[in-house]
Amino acid sequence: MANKRVGLFVTCLVDLMRPRIGFAALKLLETAGCEVIVPDTQTCCGQPAWNSGDRAGAEALAKKTIAEFEGFDYIVVPSGSCGDHIRTEYQSMFAGEPDWRDRATAMAARTYELTDFLANVLKVDSVPGDYEGTVTYHDSCSGLRSLGIKAQPRALLAKMKGVQLKEMNGCEECCGFGGTFSVKFGEVSAAIAERKCDFIHASGAPAVVGGDLGCLLNIEGKLRRMGDETTQVLHVAEVLAGRV
Amino acid sequence: MEIKSMRFKANAEASLANVVLQGNLKNAKGKFVTKRAEAIKEIDDFEGTRDAAAAIRNKVIDNLDLWLERFETRAQETGAKVMWAKDGAEVCRLVTEIARKHGVTKVTKSKSMLSEEAGLNQALEAAGIQPVETDLGEYILQVDNNEPPSHIIAPAVHKSLDEVADLFHKVHGTPRKTEIPALTREAREVLRGHFLTAEMGLSGGNFLVAETGSVALVTNEGNGRMVTTLPRVHVVITGIEKVIPTLEDLSTLMRLLPRSATGQSISNYFSILTGVKKPEEHDGPEHLYFILVDAGRADVVGGEFHEMLRCIRCGACMNHCPVYQTIGGHAYGWVYPGPMGSVLTPLYAGIENAIDLPHAATLCNQCGVVCPVKIPLPELLRKLREKQTDAGLRPLVERIGLRVWAWVAQRPALYGLGARVGARYLKWLAGEDKSIRLLPAAQEWTNGRDFPAPQGKTFRELYAARQKSAKEAA
Repeated sequence: MANKRVGLFVTCLVDLMRPRIGFAALKLLETAGCEVIVPDTQTCCGQPAWNSGDRAGAEALAKKTIAEFEGFDYIVVPSGSCGDHIRTEYQSMFAGEPDWRDRATAMAARTYELTDFLANVLKVDSVPGDYEGTVTYHDSCSGLRSLGIKAQPRALLAKMKGVQLKEMNGCEECCGFGGTFSVKFGEVSAAIAERKCDFIHASGAPAVVGGDLGCLLNIEGKLRRMGDETTQVLHVAEVLAGRV
Repeated sequence: MEIKSMRFKANAEASLANVVLQGNLKNAKGKFVTKRAEAIKEIDDFEGTRDAAAAIRNKVIDNLDLWLERFETRAQETGAKVMWAKDGAEVCRLVTEIARKHGVTKVTKSKSMLSEEAGLNQALEAAGIQPVETDLGEYILQVDNNEPPSHIIAPAVHKSLDEVADLFHKVHGTPRKTEIPALTREAREVLRGHFLTAEMGLSGGNFLVAETGSVALVTNEGNGRMVTTLPRVHVVITGIEKVIPTLEDLSTLMRLLPRSATGQSISNYFSILTGVKKPEEHDGPEHLYFILVDAGRADVVGGEFHEMLRCIRCGACMNHCPVYQTIGGHAYGWVYPGPMGSVLTPLYAGIENAIDLPHAATLCNQCGVVCPVKIPLPELLRKLREKQTDAGLRPLVERIGLRVWAWVAQRPALYGLGARVGARYLKWLAGEDKSIRLLPAAQEWTNGRDFPAPQGKTFRELYAARQKSAKEAA
């Protein structure tokens, strides 16, 4: 799969909060032999606007993102949530604009969540990371239920000699983030997060890994508020890529 | 029933602060989920059965008038009277008139969510007719000062054994009992007298079968049979969307309903009731009335929310909803809680009366994947949000905030600047710590958890710097 031209959409949260996840994704793709381009005008896929009922804003950002990522063989996103928005929602958004619907459909067909791309398209044999320790995995909702991201990250982690996966109960339960839900109904959101943190603690793993930064910020924030200063909260790309 | 959905946020926060309720929710949590997961394994092709069930419901909703007319004709042929009510007030008027006509002073009731919509118990009491709830959960709520249900199939799921023990001791004036069988027997002894003396029985309907003019009832306590066969008058109240074409269709839907609801392969009792008592028969009502209720449903037909009318009221969506499981059903403020309620309440009671509900979901789609008739609940919630925005119903700060953010996000240079400033500001707020304890602009977040500190620089600026140094090195 050498020389495939991949457009990396880092997502707005990674851009703002955790650039190292973006660099980890970059390293994973380049190590696997892809030519990776990061369009420098990218901002946000528009999901917050779409889920808040602001169709105009969502459509404008969708068109911007579609235009920026045309011409790549693949578009890779280190987030199931943003990946699902691009793959599923863009097309339904433009039901009334055939031109844009076709462009959205074309983009959807080439867009992959990072672990899905590594495991199912590139079919990588190894990953560069050297993480050592036991981790538990949080399945984020959109990735899991819309894109079928479940086996992919686990298969990739299984390629790492130093990593043991210890599944938690309730790994598929929502962490309570929900985008703007987390600030509209903060107390409910935090109470749901607490249950997720209880599951993480019960697993006994000293680190929780996931594929969506929104969930990870929510989980890490709740763990710290509960007085847990030690459980590591890591994006799967960071674990798989190692030092960037 | 009075709509209190506008107070969702305050209700939800009160639910979180209610220690007893939180304990009860924790106890109840997961029981239906685990049992459902086991029960659906019994079906060879569960996904195919869901598809078939959705197709049956779609077929009806697409030609609802036709199927209702067919049901009406068949039901009339069996000796039943079919009446139509446009809203809850008309339901109350019709039931009261029927009761008066037959000299009824006491009505035993099997569970009916539509009677909750209509506020029927209050209307009957005002007319001097005594309504007696006979579903154990509904009975508990009725004797507890007419508390509203918090779940559509387990109406008193928010109550603990202790609370029921105290309640029965108080209202029955009997020694306090602490064992469930003893409490159930006590309720049964009270109800037995009512079953034998009520002149009229009132039930909901899980399905109306068009080809036979029958009503199908799914119950677990046997009270449904007492209510529908002992009194000389039986009134069925149900929504117009509950009709299905055939008994064959009923068998498909019944493979899914009890399994999705309580995780039972089949409910303890399942009745298909057809017509009035014939001369040679010993049981059954002499008079049978169907009151088929619109109350907002007809307006949903053919519109962008029509898929919601497929709902068969199993409650799986709320059983699996992280929000419902955390705050319970009362917070939603009307008859229907959880994801299905967050769609139905705005549709039936007005979107302006339920501003919070479509937003009271993380859109995790756990509801969508368990719905036996494949209603895309998150998608419908999102559409409702869009309708609210278009109608200018969302708070001004939110609307302006979203607009400004979307405007900026379309301008990469400006957005990049904003992100760089934001990342540094958040980093500064965190100081030496790895998290922020209080975010002035987003206290909703930091009231319940920390906000992890950012790295301090944005990906885009770090990437640009890296590209630049790579170019210089080359």
